[in-house]
Amino acid sequence: MKNINRTQELQDRVRAAVNDKTMLKIVGGNSKHFYGNKNTNTNKNEILETRIHQGIISYEPSELVITARAGTSLKDIEALLAENNQMLPFEPPHFGEHATLGGAIATGLSGSRRPFTGSARDFVLGTKIITGKGEIMSFGGQVMKNVAGYDVSRLMVGALGSLGVLLEISIKILPLPNTELTQVIAISQQDALQTMHELNQTPLPLSALAYENEKLYIRLSGAESAVHSAQKKISGETLVHADNFWQQLNEQTHPFFVEDKSLWRLSVPYTANIDLDETCFIDWAGALYWLHSDKDAEEIRQKAIEQGGAATLFKTHKVNKALDVEERFPPLQAKIKQFQINLKMRFDPYGILNYGRLYSDL
Amino acid sequence: MTTATKDNRESLRKHLQQILPKTSILETEEQTRPYECDGLTAYQQKPWIVVLPETIAQVQNILYLCHEEGVPVVARGAGTGLSGGALPLANGVLLSLAKFNRILDINPANRSAVVEPGVRNLAISQAVEEFNLYYAPDPSSQIACTIGGNVAENAGGVHCLKYGLTVHNILQLKIVTVDGELVTVGSQALDTPGYDLLALMTGSEGMLGVIVEVTVKLLPRPEQAQVILAAFDDVVKAGEAVGAIIAEGIIPAGLEMMDNPAIRAAEDYAHADYPIDAEAILLCELDGTSEEVTEQIKFVEKLLTNKGATSLRTSKDEAERLKLWLGRKSAFPAVGRISPDYYCMDGTIPRYQLPTILKKISELSKEYNLLVANVFHAGDGNLHPLILYDANIKGELERTEEFGGKILELCVEAGGTITGEHGVGKEKIDQMCVQFKTLELQIFHDIKHSFDPRELLNPGKAVPTLHRCAELGGMHVHDGLLSHPGLERF
Repeated sequence: MKNINRTQELQDRVRAAVNDKTMLKIVGGNSKHFYGNKNTNTNKNEILETRIHQGIISYEPSELVITARAGTSLKDIEALLAENNQMLPFEPPHFGEHATLGGAIATGLSGSRRPFTGSARDFVLGTKIITGKGEIMSFGGQVMKNVAGYDVSRLMVGALGSLGVLLEISIKILPLPNTELTQVIAISQQDALQTMHELNQTPLPLSALAYENEKLYIRLSGAESAVHSAQKKISGETLVHADNFWQQLNEQTHPFFVEDKSLWRLSVPYTANIDLDETCFIDWAGALYWLHSDKDAEEIRQKAIEQGGAATLFKTHKVNKALDVEERFPPLQAKIKQFQINLKMRFDPYGILNYGRLYSDL
Repeated sequence: MTTATKDNRESLRKHLQQILPKTSILETEEQTRPYECDGLTAYQQKPWIVVLPETIAQVQNILYLCHEEGVPVVARGAGTGLSGGALPLANGVLLSLAKFNRILDINPANRSAVVEPGVRNLAISQAVEEFNLYYAPDPSSQIACTIGGNVAENAGGVHCLKYGLTVHNILQLKIVTVDGELVTVGSQALDTPGYDLLALMTGSEGMLGVIVEVTVKLLPRPEQAQVILAAFDDVVKAGEAVGAIIAEGIIPAGLEMMDNPAIRAAEDYAHADYPIDAEAILLCELDGTSEEVTEQIKFVEKLLTNKGATSLRTSKDEAERLKLWLGRKSAFPAVGRISPDYYCMDGTIPRYQLPTILKKISELSKEYNLLVANVFHAGDGNLHPLILYDANIKGELERTEEFGGKILELCVEAGGTITGEHGVGKEKIDQMCVQFKTLELQIFHDIKHSFDPRELLNPGKAVPTLHRCAELGGMHVHDGLLSHPGLERF
């Protein structure tokens, strides 16, 4: 793994952009370029590459913390952690070979373990950023508990780079479970949801609950004895090559994701019941629906809202680009939007950082 | 900062009387006296007026009126905070949320509960016990502190290492903004679109909005929990054992450490059968399925012996487990009994720095000729050194404050923070100048202004003015500490 500090260069580029009124498109590994609004602004747009700024700054396994530059390859970080029997607990999707830690945090996406261990934002302890004014600031730190100042680090998670260019990130990590296995039960969607709700209320060592195509997948992780005892309590078959299955779900290489329609992501309460006459892949113990649909965006969004959730247009299909919408992310309450605009104005007053990608006015 | 003049206060009073019943407005000396401080009794200030609304609409009206008249507002839960975060203002309204004490909904299938901000932390776990669920964050004051205050301070507790802080255990907040609008932050789902305002609000010490409803996440109660008490003849060895447990891939539900002065005080007070000759003890709690706990207990017992533990005791039943914890949980009042006064610090450090910091604290203790009893959330590096002193001895208080300031400087130097869980409030506002640079403090003010441009919500707390930091000369923490007296509390 290379160790290259390009802080100065990145800061100079942002400062120059301020002077030249150039808009910057922040790119890490470019693996999640599809996520967020299409770039529709006609102004001058330069690419700010963060992959050049890479390397582990500190990692002491017994501290359960790793600090790395934003451009560090996610794959390299995960390999290093695995050598030490540890992992990124939020299972960030890569969506490409060159995915970076910065991209994982800027998009804030979390994998199947999320209901049981937590999300990307849950594990961020500290960040160092360049604001849209070209100023370098540090927030949080490497300690588990820190209540000094507002939690700006977590504010960066999922902000798609629109509040600052991520330079360094400290993440809490967890030990790899000793044992992991997956049980599969053949079951209808309604029964699967019911079973998920029931399991979700038990102290079994669960680490994922997903449903697709008449099958409920139950992943168990933890001490060997606990996992095997739980396995006995749960009926069904043990899945061979279970790691492949979960990876295919997380990376969207599972056959389900091959479809000539737009891909929607619905984040809903566990108890939601989404019925859109479309096949879906349910993850997060019922709290996340992946849905292929070319239905009207309003209809899909309304279904999610009725259930207390929100729908995001995750990916459009190449042939059906006409079905794209101006805003990929769901609308916000007016006052909440105003607060977000206020924050954007403070962190990036010239609107040069990934402007419009999260919302057209942020 | 906006200050209320006599005139607009008169006008505000009239308006408040129109929207609130008489009994919900407190103004006389004896009515307002109970609100003059929070858990940090060193700071006292009676508010101009106390209001006790019962409905969200009333809170909205109060904030709208205060905003119209430019009168500052301080929100208050149970008033158990330890940093003066709920300290009232002489010219301001003290907004008590004590009447918001109902649990509105329990949804076991969604593993969540909707509660009003004045509900006590422990009351949530008690209310959901019948579903075999609980609310994980457990600050020591959980019997009295309220969930609204927990969110405002991002409260921690003994079980943070495994189960996280308040920020990890809430889904949604309803907030009344400074101008009286009701907004929802977060959602009933796990992810919410847009910037993560839920994280920003958590721990914001009442500076950005007033919390009027909280949806908490609930967890299934673990099947089994057992605690090991390990004694050591050397604090450094105990500190190293903490790292060794975690290095082995075990995340204990709780991992606490006490040194000899704290052990003796606690044993005298709680009679938990602690080994009073030990230099340090560790309390290591493991929870999970019965099989897992049984397996891990054996493993950790062996590990602690290898790391030099001189004796081990493992709880055999729930009664013994609670007894072992009782000593730790009563450590503060126990220390309060052996010393006329004590000053509690709340610094957090990277765990590997524990032996180094302990050694330095012990050296400083000799230098200042003041005893220290150390109580730590060792698993997450959160230190609570209690400096023992006697305020009646001339100069001892000043030495204590200087000593405390040095400890916080050590924490920042070691890569840690001035406050792990008690908050900045009024108390640590000067140490913020040590922790953060001008640019960062400026952006904190910018964040405040994004929500509260006229600085009417809890003004003067949590973030120091740049002017104040400049006057303190940046690094001279003890100069800052001198400005306030300490500090018998808890």
